[in-house]
Order: sequence, then C-alpha cells, then structure tokens
Amino acid sequence: MKAPAIRRALPLALFLALAVLLGWGLQLEPDQPLPTPLLGKAAAQFELPLVDAPEQRFAPPRELRGQVWLLNVWASWCEPCRAEHPLLKELAQEAGVALIGLNYKDAQGAEWLRQHGNPYRAALLDREGRVGMDYGVYGVPETFVIDREGRVRLKHAGPLSAALLEAKILPLVRSLREE
Amino acid sequence: MLKFLKFPIALLLATACLAASAQPLAEADTARLEQRALHLAEQLRCVVCQNQTLADSHAELAQDLKRELRAQLASGASDQAVLDFMAQRYGDFVLYRPPLKSQTWGLWFGPLLLLLLGAWILRGVLRQARAGASVEDDDEKLRKVRA
Repeated sequence: MKAPAIRRALPLALFLALAVLLGWGLQLEPDQPLPTPLLGKAAAQFELPLVDAPEQRFAPPRELRGQVWLLNVWASWCEPCRAEHPLLKELAQEAGVALIGLNYKDAQGAEWLRQHGNPYRAALLDREGRVGMDYGVYGVPETFVIDREGRVRLKHAGPLSAALLEAKILPLVRSLREE
Repeated sequence: MLKFLKFPIALLLATACLAASAQPLAEADTARLEQRALHLAEQLRCVVCQNQTLADSHAELAQDLKRELRAQLASGASDQAVLDFMAQRYGDFVLYRPPLKSQTWGLWFGPLLLLLLGAWILRGVLRQARAGASVEDDDEKLRKVRA
C-alpha cells in the first residue's frame, strides 16, 4: 500500500476544503442584486405623463438624446426611497445630469414630492408599472445611468448611498459626459 | 397521479359543457390560453421571491408579469416569445431551464463531469479493494502451506 498517511489524511483534507468553501459562502452578501441583462443595451423608449402635471407628457430616452441621464425608480409607499431622497437632491445639483424620476405603481407621488421636495427634472407616473417591467424593475428604489446614445450603463437596485454616488455613479456620469 | 389528472379532466369537462353553449370556440380558446399561461408561469422564476415560480408566487410583480404573459399570449405571441420577453428584461436567471451557452456549460455539464469523476474514483477504490483481498487470500494460502 503506497503512502497510507496521505490516504488517512484525505477525509480530513476534504472536510477542511468543504468547510472553507461553505465558510466563504457564508461571507457572501446574502441578497446580492440580480445582474441585469440590459447593460450596454438601448434603454426602452416610453412616454408617460408628469406626476405633478398629468396633462404634460415626456418621452425618454428620445427626448434626452445627447444627454447623460439617470432614471430613479421610486414610490411614495417605499421607505428606503425616503432615505435616498436627500442624496437625489444633491445629485440634481450636479451640472449636466438630467435626473428623471419614475413613480412606480403609485397614486400619491405628487403629494409626496410636494412634501419632501422634487429633485427630478421630470417625475413620470408609471401607474401600472409597465415601464418598470421594460427596465426589469423588481424592487423600489432602483437607479439607472443612461448614456448620450440612450444605452443603459449602470443599474443599481436598492437605495443609493453617499459612498456609492462618490465611488461609482458620479465618476461614471462624468466619464460618460466626456464620451 | 390523480392530482396530476384533475386539472386536465376538469378542463375536459368544462370544454365538453361549453361545447353545447353559444360560443364554444371562444371559451375553449380561453381555456387553452389559460393552460399555456400556467405552463409558462411554471417555467419562470419570480424575481421578488426567488425560490418560487411565477405560478406559485403572489408577489405583486409576479401578478403583473402573469397578467402581461396572458395578454401577450392572447395577442398571439408564441411561448418562446414570452420567455424571451422575460429573459431580456430580468435575465436568464428567471428561466428555470437555462439556455445552453458558454456561461452555462458548467451548469449543464458539471453534474455529468462529477458523475464521471465519481465513477473513476469508485473504479480505483474497487480495484484496490480487490487487490487487497487477493493479497489476504495469498497470505491465507501461505499460512496453510507453512502449517
């Protein structure tokens, strides 16, 4: 019998390898956002009425062609949207970015904006969530960065954070503006 | 088995009853459409509660997607077109039968590879066991010869 010591150590080694693998699995973010298949693809065309002026309609991405813009999906019933709201106001100050709101499956959006302030260049009402479907929205809030050509370049599921804005979103927006 | 048959039988009875009514064709079409919708919803993952199919899920988004799915089928879309619609928006992740492409090779062929690996290890173990056994046999014989 050759190298019996190795053979005897094998189960222990396998066990340790498995333990390390499972331990690593535990360290992973439990609910990582789903990867979106939309990256690099043309953002879906839509036309919706403004939340605060239903007689007016707006049709991105066509009407925003040549601009870098952000689509922020939000709703008055969504708690985390309150949390990211101050950041959106800050973001709206950033020159050269059009912040567009998509008021997802909501009826109280206008009231909410009056109460908390409206950071959006245009807040659009997606009453039935049909536009949200075209953007693969599966939770609120979500934020998309769309380039001058109307392609989706980033999707973030969940509330924005100051760190994320500084580290990822603003640098991306600035570089897209240069493109 | 009985449970499995219940739905088709109910459907058959329903269509049989309806055959006598004024618009039998339209009703049968609706039933067929409903069945196709259910069949598709069972192949799609709900992205909100990710361990459920669309058919099982009561999440609001799942309801919306089921409504969309039905509407598309009603307007003449093929099953594949509906699956493509979902995958284009929510990713291949929503397909319970993932498509065969380079990123999913591991998924499709990994288990087969593991099976082959297992068979190979088993062969080694059996061969060694047989070799061990024959050595014991030899020892036994040797002892008998010496005795």
